[in-house]
Amino acid sequence: MLQYIIKRLIFMVPLLVGITIISFIVIHLAPGSPTDLQTELNPRVSAEVKARMRAMYDLDKPLHQQYFVWLGKLATLDLGNSFSPDRRPVINKILERLPITIAINVLSMILIIIVAIPIGVLSAVNQDSPFDKITGVFVFIGFAMPTFWLALLLMIFFGIHLDWLPISGIRSLNYEYLSTWGAYIDVAKHLLLPVLLSAFGGLAGFSRYMRANMLEVIRQDYITTARAKGLSERVVIYKHALRNALLPVITILGLSVPGLIGGSVIFETIFAIPGMGQLFYMSAMSRDYPVIMGILFIGAVLTLIGNLIADVSYAVADPRIRVS
Amino acid sequence: MMKSEFWYRFLRNKLAVAGSVVIIILFAVSLLAPWISPYDPGEINLKLVLSPPSKSHLLGTDQLGRDVLSRMIWGSRISLKVGFVATGIAIFIGTILGALAGYYGRWADGFIMRFVDIMLCFPSFFLILAVIAFLEPSIWNIMIVIGLTGWMGITRLVRADFITLREREFVQAARAIGASDFRIIFIHVLPNAMASVLVAATLGVAGAILTESALSFLGIGVQPPTPSWGNILTAGKDNIDIAWWLSLYPGLAILITVLGFNLLGEGIRDSLDPRLRA
Repeated sequence: MLQYIIKRLIFMVPLLVGITIISFIVIHLAPGSPTDLQTELNPRVSAEVKARMRAMYDLDKPLHQQYFVWLGKLATLDLGNSFSPDRRPVINKILERLPITIAINVLSMILIIIVAIPIGVLSAVNQDSPFDKITGVFVFIGFAMPTFWLALLLMIFFGIHLDWLPISGIRSLNYEYLSTWGAYIDVAKHLLLPVLLSAFGGLAGFSRYMRANMLEVIRQDYITTARAKGLSERVVIYKHALRNALLPVITILGLSVPGLIGGSVIFETIFAIPGMGQLFYMSAMSRDYPVIMGILFIGAVLTLIGNLIADVSYAVADPRIRVS
Repeated sequence: MMKSEFWYRFLRNKLAVAGSVVIIILFAVSLLAPWISPYDPGEINLKLVLSPPSKSHLLGTDQLGRDVLSRMIWGSRISLKVGFVATGIAIFIGTILGALAGYYGRWADGFIMRFVDIMLCFPSFFLILAVIAFLEPSIWNIMIVIGLTGWMGITRLVRADFITLREREFVQAARAIGASDFRIIFIHVLPNAMASVLVAATLGVAGAILTESALSFLGIGVQPPTPSWGNILTAGKDNIDIAWWLSLYPGLAILITVLGFNLLGEGIRDSLDPRLRA
């Protein structure tokens, strides 16, 4: 097992190097340097000040030197300082916003599992039943749904029309004065819509995938054997079939990490949630190079970690993987 | 496979036909935009700011009193343009890299597929957002960036096809008569891999339209005053408590369009090879 984990970790190294190179190229090949923006806004900035700023951010050095300096700092988790007026270290800005983003994504992933697995299993077991057909239609609409639009509609309906749920931020203005329970409920109400919507995107694909898996497993010989020896249908489906159909799900969960993280930009911007996605959006709007580079990198690393966890859990669940 | 066999299966697939009808209507609307839109999409009428749907303005007006229906009709041009150009770019890159990786194998395969793995690590929306923010948002930049971040799946498909096709007899025959690698790849093997590319392309158009609308909604896509479904929705969010019609209709248009392309894509796949039906 340990050997397997080490092998996966070594496999990650070239990916990690590739990630750093691409994030670096993406940001630096694009025109419009941050010094230009600042001088545009402030015409009194002299050429000398401009040059000093360039030097400060290493912008006057050749690209490959900038890269290695950046890489060296990266190794110590020093992502530089933000170009925004507060000049704070990028890593702090990201770390203080990461928990809320991860919390929302983990919650929506749990929601996806709780909802999509039963749907997939039930529609596979009752293939071509009305339930299967209706969920099939929902899945198809789910694939085509612009989730930010659904967010708008739900905001209008639950937030404005019914006035049940808050539509912005993660806590109310009177948060400080609420009791402990009141505070929990307040946060939960704020997070309900974002979590639901973030899960919605994954639900369609995931339940479809679960259905396909289950259909494949049900046709296996050992299921016929289980039926032949007289086990009840419930035991056959939920004990023999389900376990094997659940295995590949682990991989898909790992693969869905980048989609969820990417989606956080949209939801956090719409619902004004102070997470990493919103920080990314604001930094992109103000061309805050170091923050963008930092988040791009951390987003990719989170994906790598998600895949690693998926690989390892798969190996724990299925001994065949460890050997091959 | 016979062409007639394909059409026989395709035309019997009601959902696929429905998807095609949606797409044909959409093309017609965007081509006929100057003639069928009731108003000039840029015509500002400050007396009719945010007026709800009525007989003179079927889908209401926006924050500048512009007719929403007309803006949506012109916006269909943006959606189709972005969908097709972005997918075209992705297909071009994906097909070439996938063909090279699958045909040559060894280090070319290793190198290209590692590149694919690395690109897939990035949440694609992050990558798009980062590049767009630096390039100045414009419709061309959006098409290019969506294309440049959407080719990885096609590379994998084409590579898989090439790996199974490259050992086949017709390829060996072509090699035996001295055909160049270039000729074998593009004249002999690639046409046999086009079926899966066509399906991926149709679904890709749907994805590109969704991405464009999300970008425009966030204000980093197609810039006003050019109308796009996404940026009408931005106005919808800004006026969320008073003008529901600004939020409802453009999103519905996106949903139906994407649904149309998805149905068409699945229909093509099922008709090409019924065994693939999920």
